[in-house]
Amino acid sequence: MRLRMVLLAAGVAGLVAAASPSFAQKQGGTLRISHRENPPSASIHEESTISVVQPFMAVFNNLVVFDPKEKVNSPDHIVPDLAESWSWSDDKTKLTFKLHQGVKWHDGKPFTAKDVKCTFDAVAGLDEKSEILRKSPRKIWYQNLKEVTTNGDNEVTFVLGRPQSSFLSMLASGYAPIYSCHVSGREMRTKPIGTGPFKVVDFRRNEGIKLVRNPDYWKKGLPYLDAIEWKIVPNRATRMLGFQSGDFDMTFDSDVTFPLLKDVMAQRKDAVCEARPTNVNSNILVNRDSPPFNNPEVRHALVDAIDNHAFAEILSQGHDLDGAAMLPPPYGKWGMPKEMLASLPGHATDIEKSRAEGRKIMEKLGYTADKPLKIKVATRNIEIYRDPAVILIDQLKKVHIEAELEPIDSSVWYNKIAKKDYQIGMNLTGVSVDDPDVNFYENFYSKSERNYTGYNNPEVDKLIDQQSAETDLEKRKKLVWEIEKKLAEDVARPVIGHNVANTCWSPKLKGVNLQVNSIYNGWRFEDYWLDK
Amino acid sequence: MGAYLVRRLSLMAVTLIGMSILIFVLLRLVPGNVADILLDASGNDDPKEKARIVHDLGLDRPIAEQYWQWIDGLAHGDLGYAYVSERPAIEEIGPRIPISAKLAGLAIFFAILFGVPLGVVSAVRQNTKLDYLLRIVSLSGLSFPSFWLGLLVLMAAVQWFGKIPIYDSDAHGFVAQVKMLILPAITVGFRSSALIMRLTRSSMLEVLRQDYVRTARSKGASNTSVNYDHALRNALLPVVTVIGIEAAFLVGGLIVTETVFNIPGVARFLVEAIRWRDYPIVQNLTMLIAFIVVTMNFLVDMAYMALDPRIKYS
Repeated sequence: MRLRMVLLAAGVAGLVAAASPSFAQKQGGTLRISHRENPPSASIHEESTISVVQPFMAVFNNLVVFDPKEKVNSPDHIVPDLAESWSWSDDKTKLTFKLHQGVKWHDGKPFTAKDVKCTFDAVAGLDEKSEILRKSPRKIWYQNLKEVTTNGDNEVTFVLGRPQSSFLSMLASGYAPIYSCHVSGREMRTKPIGTGPFKVVDFRRNEGIKLVRNPDYWKKGLPYLDAIEWKIVPNRATRMLGFQSGDFDMTFDSDVTFPLLKDVMAQRKDAVCEARPTNVNSNILVNRDSPPFNNPEVRHALVDAIDNHAFAEILSQGHDLDGAAMLPPPYGKWGMPKEMLASLPGHATDIEKSRAEGRKIMEKLGYTADKPLKIKVATRNIEIYRDPAVILIDQLKKVHIEAELEPIDSSVWYNKIAKKDYQIGMNLTGVSVDDPDVNFYENFYSKSERNYTGYNNPEVDKLIDQQSAETDLEKRKKLVWEIEKKLAEDVARPVIGHNVANTCWSPKLKGVNLQVNSIYNGWRFEDYWLDK
Repeated sequence: MGAYLVRRLSLMAVTLIGMSILIFVLLRLVPGNVADILLDASGNDDPKEKARIVHDLGLDRPIAEQYWQWIDGLAHGDLGYAYVSERPAIEEIGPRIPISAKLAGLAIFFAILFGVPLGVVSAVRQNTKLDYLLRIVSLSGLSFPSFWLGLLVLMAAVQWFGKIPIYDSDAHGFVAQVKMLILPAITVGFRSSALIMRLTRSSMLEVLRQDYVRTARSKGASNTSVNYDHALRNALLPVVTVIGIEAAFLVGGLIVTETVFNIPGVARFLVEAIRWRDYPIVQNLTMLIAFIVVTMNFLVDMAYMALDPRIKYS
């Protein structure tokens, strides 16, 4: 409710701002933003973190993008970027883009259809010898892509194995920039070259990222800012103090937690802060291949113990949202209605009743309060992972499970999970496009490298493929909810809650539009300007 | 003296070689390598991609070969390539050394500037109100965690000046640099100054009770002459040792301060490099620290001779 109020206020503020003639955009100025950590590299296609997308999306263009002026990412809000137009073949298996002419890379070379082909050949793994990437974590997104063909310099066609309505949405994501064929992978990771509104001047570890206006940007008159300076400040307290003192014009995305928000607003009274869902959810990885969680009954007792509302109260003063794998409405386009959600295991409204059922299961298996089941809860040794893990440990006691925290260094986290060397793990999953294909194929499809638990249900795989090929929105939604139900019943990866966090900026910064169903897609910065 | 120097320098060389082997082996014993971390950052665990990265970085070659390549490069001034930034390690490490050196130098300067004179005053005015006050200050210096103190200083800066001393690589000139580094330097140096103050005080008290000090007083020497000419010089011997050790081990304090004040120096960079298992950076920086520690110990030993004519090395 509180979140809705904030969003409503932000929407009204946006309308007022747009209507006012005094808000004519001003050219110039340097936008200073704090960054929470060293981005692993500058190559968006190789990484899966907002730490890379937020600063470097401004260097590139996509074929299409989610309309930066809209609050919600949706297929109806996709607008052209490097593509002038697009069309589907009658059988919906060929997607053809007409490209803008006269677009140049930052080094002056012309952009052509070959660049699009070479980008997606590398990303989808169609060209194994490609040197522009050494990792491609989103290969699974493009498993239906069979071929990319060009017709001259200004036309490119994506040939799909079957119809896939989400394909255009995936191309509109911040994770789908067009790379240049003539630039090496090393260069893309260290000082990338794009066609976007800003050029990279410098990217130094522990210092920052400097971007300057691309004077030859093909969208005439854009961008408004002269430069963007990202200062890498790993200590959150220092970042907040830097924003409060006016050294930064904007905080890192979703960096301001609810407990911190009060302090920030008290120190910088003119700050504009907006709360929104991040489409990052906390979830539990369950090792279903070894004892004790190879027993479905124990898995059910585990979810019976979970009180999502208690998690939300402790972690975000009640702002986090309860939902299954897809972001819940009204922010998410695909999440199931509340009443349907309440019927799923792990989302009970009567928590005491649910826990009593959990205890009954455990007692039947021979566990009691005096003789509990002893397990370990593994998680990355990072605060945002440890905090929910500690709450989970406390809640598990209610169903006779005594858990011990096992903090794991990030360097060995995936190794450990891949080797199934854990019982349960507390995990965070970011969903970059609010579309079931992105979420389900990445996290629950049996062949995905990012299906960390190795969840393998042929029936669910089939349903995932089926919803993906479905072009009727309502029919697809029903299939999605059916999948959600099966995932919950299988205790595939129980979702604890969908995170909500705040981003703040100076009132002098204009043109900011935070999108509510993904933090990964709205960072081109070409419409941002400073009223100084 | 010549023979001593040769022996001492040879020992330094052996120590450094031993250190290099230890650093190299220990790093590889730590679970996970840079390929694991790079894949962790992208959230996938594709064995094919991992194998490709491991091969590209030469991590699949025999350990002895990797070690020899590093030492050979080091001898020729080639520090290798940083795994994560994919730039020559020298380009990554080089610009950060002066930043940390300036911060450490300024911190030690403050530590000596406040620690030695206040320690002398505390000893000379033993059991007076001033002595008690200085003892409380020095005890707080040893007790306050640098992290907490740093944040406190930052909060005070926001409250009083509306600004925090954000590091600016474009700040040139002595005054601009001092202005930028003064608060972090005081934060790091506070602990060292407290230690130096307490040591100077106890050392001075011990010397002031010596017979020759009483003799000097009975011969009519002034208080200033007794305290500073006769007592202080002899009391300084242990203080110099501590200053040397503190200077060598300051990197520990710098890690915290560079993080809180967001200074892109070597200490914070080293921690980051360890986290990323960026072997070329960690190996070269750790060797640099080992070299500094060994050299500081050597210089402290040499300083003994200058301070106490009775000490002779042969």
